Amino acid sequence: MPSYTVAEILRGLESGEFSSEELTQHYLDAIAARDGAINSFITVTPELALEQARRADALRAKGEAGALNGLPIAHKDIFCTEGVRTSCASKMLDNFVAPYNATVVEKLAASGVVCLGKTNLDEFAMGSSNETSYYGPVRNPWNNECVPGGSSGGSAAAVAAGLAPAATGTDTGGSIRQPAALCGLTGLKPSYGRVSRYGMIAFASSLDQGGPMTRTAEDAAILLQAMAGFDLRDSTSMDIPVPNYSATLGDSLQGKKIGIPKEYFSAGLDANIADAIHAALDEYKKLGAEIVEISLPRTELAVPCYYVLAPAEASTNLSRYDGVRYGYRCEDPKDLDDLYTRTREEGFGEEVKRRILVGTYALSAGFYDAYYRKAQQIRRLIRNDFVEAFKQVDLIAGPTTPNPAFKLGEKVSDPVTMYLEDIYTIAVNLAGLPAISIPAGFTGGKPIGLQLIGRDFDEAGLLNAAHQYQQVSDWHSQLAPGAAEGGQ
Amino acid sequence: MSLDQNDIAKLARLARIHITDDAVVDLQQRLGDILKMVDTMQAVDTQNIEPMANPYDAVQRLRADVVSEADQREAFQSIAPNTEDGLYLVPKVID
Repeated sequence: MPSYTVAEILRGLESGEFSSEELTQHYLDAIAARDGAINSFITVTPELALEQARRADALRAKGEAGALNGLPIAHKDIFCTEGVRTSCASKMLDNFVAPYNATVVEKLAASGVVCLGKTNLDEFAMGSSNETSYYGPVRNPWNNECVPGGSSGGSAAAVAAGLAPAATGTDTGGSIRQPAALCGLTGLKPSYGRVSRYGMIAFASSLDQGGPMTRTAEDAAILLQAMAGFDLRDSTSMDIPVPNYSATLGDSLQGKKIGIPKEYFSAGLDANIADAIHAALDEYKKLGAEIVEISLPRTELAVPCYYVLAPAEASTNLSRYDGVRYGYRCEDPKDLDDLYTRTREEGFGEEVKRRILVGTYALSAGFYDAYYRKAQQIRRLIRNDFVEAFKQVDLIAGPTTPNPAFKLGEKVSDPVTMYLEDIYTIAVNLAGLPAISIPAGFTGGKPIGLQLIGRDFDEAGLLNAAHQYQQVSDWHSQLAPGAAEGGQ
Repeated sequence: MSLDQNDIAKLARLARIHITDDAVVDLQQRLGDILKMVDTMQAVDTQNIEPMANPYDAVQRLRADVVSEADQREAFQSIAPNTEDGLYLVPKVID
């Protein structure tokens, strides 16, 4: 059972091989037995999960099962869950019990999903290693001395360790794709506006996007189907029809053009990762795709551009944490100013404070044009590069990360080095495009991710290409050490 | 761009974050590193390039000006640090 994919679980539930209650109990037992070593959950919700599982079993008995009826999953602790603590891995929200559900949570629940709990992340999703969490770092199930990536590191580690068959994540600069790559999973960042941001705690609102983290592309298609769609409650949600993602998974790749940006294979890329990506591209050729070299000339500007825009938006979004309406409040404030400044000093961690200060700088009088406006102009140039590239090709492929999972503590003391780990993922968020990371090999026992980038709203094309590769490779079915323990 | 201690104090004030004297030197270094990395943007010619706030240049959707949300004051105030008679309590502002 722990090695089952979402698709296999849904078949097993439908055929009566197991009930949702049995399945849910299995995962809860696995979490209790094994999560101590990896710390992938902040909050486990056994009572809620079993209640939802029993309800799902009852609905199935009545012939009223939803599309995902009885499927247990985990939510990144950035999605508001009514009645359940939603901490965003911050001391600031350690005591915050959400009074409402995020649209993603609501939609998945409406399809019958069971919530196992809330997964760990970098504080307010600001990080690439899951080391900035108030609840401690997460360990990579493939190598416990290494980070799982971030910010959706808890979601990635939980699925890789067999503690949940799937999890939700969010991606502002790579936060779904990078941990998926480092933990050997499939992680999809949908197009900006595809999945509602309502109830997803805001980091950088023009970049944030929720998506699924699963073992396979087939599973990602199933999850995205339930998550995607227009939402009046998100002012940036796009009213574009949602296709049937599973229906096109089997389509042939014959004649598809895949662009390889030469800038993604330059200095700084680990040689074994480069080899694995080239080997994956050879498989794509065998599947009928044509590989074309392209150029994304502003690749190196993506990280600097992002580290103006994301902190600027964060400094604005996080101004709401003032110790007045909810969340942490400092002890014995002397006056209102002391209440604000000490609540924020004590409630936020170091990385969050750094980003708020950088963002404040970029937005402050006298620097706005040189930083914020400049970065917004460069953002357009970066998107234009992709628009040009997609005139020649259907998809763009390359490595998800320049390096495999690194050791805990290795990069945390040097923010800029950590930021550069996201060089291949960040431009995609700036451009608003959909992208997926899929397993493409191992180096020194650590997973390697292949990133595919698609045209606006072409998640179906990405999932199809990812699924076709997974029909001729088995990297995605390898299990992390210990992930198969405790099976029934 | 490097930052001096006054710059850090000004940013801290604008961001309403208290920063202890011990933390200032480290922040000067870290923020300086980040701004140095970010400054590579300055070499790019962006004349006549329209700033991009949304990847599709989408604009804010408007809705009819009618009440669409139910009153949930009690639910929302139940998680506040301190309230009284439907009001949020903060330290005294005016003597």
